[in-house]
Amino acid sequence: MTQLPATTGKKLGLVVDLDTCVGCQACVTACKGWNDQGYGVPLSDQDPYGSDPSGTFLNRVHAYEVQPEAGPAQIVNFPRSCLHCEAAPCVTVCPTGASYKRVEDGIVLVNEDACIGCGLCAWACPYGARELDAAAGVMKKCTLCVDRIYNENLPEEDREPACVRTCPTGARHFGDFADPDSKVSRLTAERGGFELMPEMGTKPTNRYLPPRRKGPPEAASPLAPLLDIQATGFAGWLDRMLGKI
Amino acid sequence: MHPAPSVILFTVLSGLGFGFLTCLNLGLALPQGIGGFLAFAVGYGLAVGGLIASTFHLGHPERAIRAFTQWRTSWLSREGWAAVLALLGTAPVALGAMGGARPGLLGLVAALLCLATIGCTSMIYAQLKTVPRWNFWTTPALFFGFALTGGVLLSDLPLAGEVLSLALAFLLAFSFVRGDRRFAEAGATLGSATGLGAIGSVRVFEQAHTAGNYLLREMIHVVGRKHSRKLRMIAVVAVALPAPILALLPDGLVAMIPAVLFHLIGAFAARWLFFAEAEHVVGTYYGKR
Repeated sequence: MTQLPATTGKKLGLVVDLDTCVGCQACVTACKGWNDQGYGVPLSDQDPYGSDPSGTFLNRVHAYEVQPEAGPAQIVNFPRSCLHCEAAPCVTVCPTGASYKRVEDGIVLVNEDACIGCGLCAWACPYGARELDAAAGVMKKCTLCVDRIYNENLPEEDREPACVRTCPTGARHFGDFADPDSKVSRLTAERGGFELMPEMGTKPTNRYLPPRRKGPPEAASPLAPLLDIQATGFAGWLDRMLGKI
Repeated sequence: MHPAPSVILFTVLSGLGFGFLTCLNLGLALPQGIGGFLAFAVGYGLAVGGLIASTFHLGHPERAIRAFTQWRTSWLSREGWAAVLALLGTAPVALGAMGGARPGLLGLVAALLCLATIGCTSMIYAQLKTVPRWNFWTTPALFFGFALTGGVLLSDLPLAGEVLSLALAFLLAFSFVRGDRRFAEAGATLGSATGLGAIGSVRVFEQAHTAGNYLLREMIHVVGRKHSRKLRMIAVVAVALPAPILALLPDGLVAMIPAVLFHLIGAFAARWLFFAEAEHVVGTYYGKR
């Protein structure tokens, strides 16, 4: 049903730490790898080895340059995927009921057997989280690895989304935002986690942690003593003589 | 947004069809006998042809019947119901007209259903906050304007056609100019999209992927805007032209055919721009509009 649940039991989602993300694209690859063989049809590629490669991805990592009023610019790597919004506009526009938000945990999913591939849900999403698969003709989106997180055939440490499991810097965290004591809730509270495009009224579940404030640049480099090379011998004599002229 | 030919054909043709059927259902034009059959056949042909064209862009058109299930929340689903009900409701009126009967109350109901269909189609676009240019009252106004003007022109009502054509041209020109401010009004910027605006000014350092993808093709389609200034002029002039044509040429098919032709040229140009000029907020992530 495309009517959004008034409230969901859990609010499962991700915290993405923009301070620690190094932009290695491992989450992009892990996501593509898992979702090629997991929930629904595989994520197809078109002309992957040719001159105009293109493909379906559920997670993409951008890189932005932020210029503060004072001080040097910062580079921020920015992973972008479905935010599993509470007021998900992609769900209500769906004419067939293929898009839905789960009452039990708040995950936004697509029932691919009912999807007619009209693309209206992708239009309704401000975040570009949905991509129509060019081979299968159905809408693909992040499932929060619904086929991993509840999968009792996997060792317990693997029961989290592939992107979180693979992140080498621990920049991605998975948990329940409805529980104020969960890791994701505490991280959000401690680090001032924010929503993306709040003006769109989507009430996203996922939160992003801002880059930490960097201290003022050191007045002198800690390497300064090493760089202060004193000339000796003939060069030293020449240095002293020329300095006196 | 990507100006898909199937969607442009669908919205223009089915809009014109339902606009014409509205006029026929209201008895604004009273063709009888074989003329009545032809008039309703044109209305049905345009409306149904447009609806069929709309299925061409679907990934799975064979499942289109499922689109009738979610009318509680989805304007696309409501449009499906409204279209089917309008086409069914028009049938007895059409049969009556061929026998020489006036539309009456049944006609009024059928006309309201036709108008509801046009309204639902417009709301599919107007509801999208993500496309600020569409998310404005001018969107339903334009859809009703094009449908009813086209319908009146096909109904061979010269005076109403002149007034509506001029009014529509003004509305269209206004929507172009006013629409240019909508994106800024919506407030989505790269700063709000990334949340990094609180730190400083944000710009794209490196794109997330080197080649194209669905988002760039579908929502950040900038190629279609290349000739937008010229197309805006063409659309406004073509939409206004039926007014002098109807005023200067003698009544009848001599005036009606060129009037409808110019109206259609304007409608297609305007609908192309409606899609091509619509900027989706996801473009901010790519530093594009």
